[in-house]
Amino acid sequence: MEKLISLAHGDGGELTHQLILDVFIEAFGDKKEALFDAASLTVPTGKIAVTTDSFVIKPIFFPGGSIGKLAVAGTVNDLAVSGANPVYLTCGFVIEEGFPVADLKKIVHDMAKEAEKTGVTIVAGDTKVVERGSADGVYINTTGIGLLKEQGGCSLDFREGDAIIISGTIGDHGIAVLSGRGELGITAPINSDCASLNKMLSEVMEITDGVRIMRDPTRGGLATTLVEIAEDFNLTIKINEAAIPVKEAVQGACDLLGFDPLYLANEGKAIIIVANEEKEKVLDVLRKSPIGQDAAVIGSVIGKEKGQLQLETPLGSNRLLTRLAGTMLPRIC
Amino acid sequence: MLEILKQSTNTEICKPLLEAVIDKAREFQNLFGRNPAFMEVCGSHTMALAQTGVKQGLKDYVNLISGPGCPVCVTDQKSIDAMIALAEGENRIICTFGDMIRVPGSLKSLKDAKIAGKDIRVLYSPVDSVRIAEENPDKEVIFLGIGFETTIPVLTLMVSEAEKRGIKNFSIWMTTKLIEPVMRYLLESDEVNLDGFLLPGHVSIVLGENSYQYLVDEYQISGVISGFKTADLLSGIYKLIDMKVKGQIAIENNYPAVVSKAGNPVTQSWISKYLEPCDEAWRGIGIIPNSGLDLKPEYDQFNAKKRFPVKVGEPRKTKCRCGEVIRGVVTPKECPLFAKACQPMNPVGPCMVSAEGTCAAYYKYMRESF
Repeated sequence: MEKLISLAHGDGGELTHQLILDVFIEAFGDKKEALFDAASLTVPTGKIAVTTDSFVIKPIFFPGGSIGKLAVAGTVNDLAVSGANPVYLTCGFVIEEGFPVADLKKIVHDMAKEAEKTGVTIVAGDTKVVERGSADGVYINTTGIGLLKEQGGCSLDFREGDAIIISGTIGDHGIAVLSGRGELGITAPINSDCASLNKMLSEVMEITDGVRIMRDPTRGGLATTLVEIAEDFNLTIKINEAAIPVKEAVQGACDLLGFDPLYLANEGKAIIIVANEEKEKVLDVLRKSPIGQDAAVIGSVIGKEKGQLQLETPLGSNRLLTRLAGTMLPRIC
Repeated sequence: MLEILKQSTNTEICKPLLEAVIDKAREFQNLFGRNPAFMEVCGSHTMALAQTGVKQGLKDYVNLISGPGCPVCVTDQKSIDAMIALAEGENRIICTFGDMIRVPGSLKSLKDAKIAGKDIRVLYSPVDSVRIAEENPDKEVIFLGIGFETTIPVLTLMVSEAEKRGIKNFSIWMTTKLIEPVMRYLLESDEVNLDGFLLPGHVSIVLGENSYQYLVDEYQISGVISGFKTADLLSGIYKLIDMKVKGQIAIENNYPAVVSKAGNPVTQSWISKYLEPCDEAWRGIGIIPNSGLDLKPEYDQFNAKKRFPVKVGEPRKTKCRCGEVIRGVVTPKECPLFAKACQPMNPVGPCMVSAEGTCAAYYKYMRESF
């Protein structure tokens, strides 16, 4: 096996065949679904959910994960917060000529491991190789298919007093990736929160039918995602700065670098808006999961007219939160 | 240390402190028949006051005026145009702090030049530009050296690194600013009436507490050196009002954990080894004599202005009032462009771009009240 990816690995000939055998089949297994040019899948009757996402993160390996783990967890989470049970995944790779095969193997192994943990099957894939300089290492696209339940799911039936829950500390992924790039002149002892949320969230859906909506606050962070929800459903949402869980090291790095944790990316967190009387039940379920231990109620829906996100500072004064406006952060997802 | 930092944003500590400042401000009001007015000189203070809600919490009691302490904002338009023109040259790598890249020039921004294919790199750690020069011996690497006393020592460190490693293709486009000359300018211009200064935390680490004595001796005005957390800001403002109420004039160091009386002698020695005073042009003000630092002639090989002179025309005029915002004469809301034609994604002036800019702080944290 060659040590570096060459253009010939992408031309469909012998080297492509070798690459598929040695790297992809080796990690993903020889799936019965993949015998034809298109995977042939059996799905039960009812509704399915489909989502697609591309991953271009730099660095490819970062504290707490890799582009491979992220490519599975990211797409799984988009299905999970939509109330779907993720079952199948496809993946497409764009690889830069000269990329180390050993790194590709590591990435593919991370994908296989995360897929197994999550319970999804990777049923189709594609690789393309582009000339050196035409891409930055490797890009991965994953498409996910999930099954939606007949009954239950997110009601979108918002009421005043609904509780806003975040499933854990915010900003971990953003700081881990920035620190992993080695450009900050600081090393933050922070791992990315990159994780698949589907098991934890399906347990939440089991114990309550009071969930109004779930979202994963990735790019743009907690604030941007909540602004989108407030605007989309014409809600006035108020969150309490002091109640928002932020790791000390993340806050410290933000203070030094002038970032706001409210706008930093997360890759293993969910925002859950739930009927106020159900919030404790939901918190209990979240906190039993290793990825939901720091879950907290951070605010509530206080009105149904303004389409506005408000933040109460520890001083008791209020300010509006808006979408991230043009602050520059490197590619983080 | 983290415990202390946590406490300084803690609700139980900060809310009573806010009440105490308001009570003190009422006392001032009873004595003088008006609200006290203070200027925060530093751009990071401007941001922190807005982000923590201190400015909003005090708006009916204390007039907090933003000063000329954002390095991108005070850089005059001609310098900005020159830096963008510099990036147009062939075979160059331009390195810069993040804020600079979106600042609009008369014709385009550095971001536009980057999209068009110029090699422009945003660095978090400026010293990386020396490494970039070492790795690209066939290119000229130029760092855009803006900043106050906080940043200036880092620039000298870069020259020292390049000198030590014998790197010939590295230089800095120096357009640094000093805080004392511009504060003197403001005090002498009489455009704004101030009861005191909230003095910058980071600049003071380099300069030291004693460097502000001229405020007391020559201008009979007080200053409090302050940190950036909610409790730091509130206690700094409290002390400023209290001194005025008691009729005292003094410099108080409210940030003694990091600011000493004499400042940092090591960074001061770097500055005096490599740099000498020069005249600098400030946005909205014009040239203030000896208000900046340039490389001494013996370091001409690292001086981009000497090595790559560029000519630019007179800047394009807009209705942007950044110049007056910097002097504290108007607030962003008095600018006709604010939040309309000028927004963070499409800025007209630098105060809307920078993470320390007054207009950006107003836009982000105080655009609408409810």
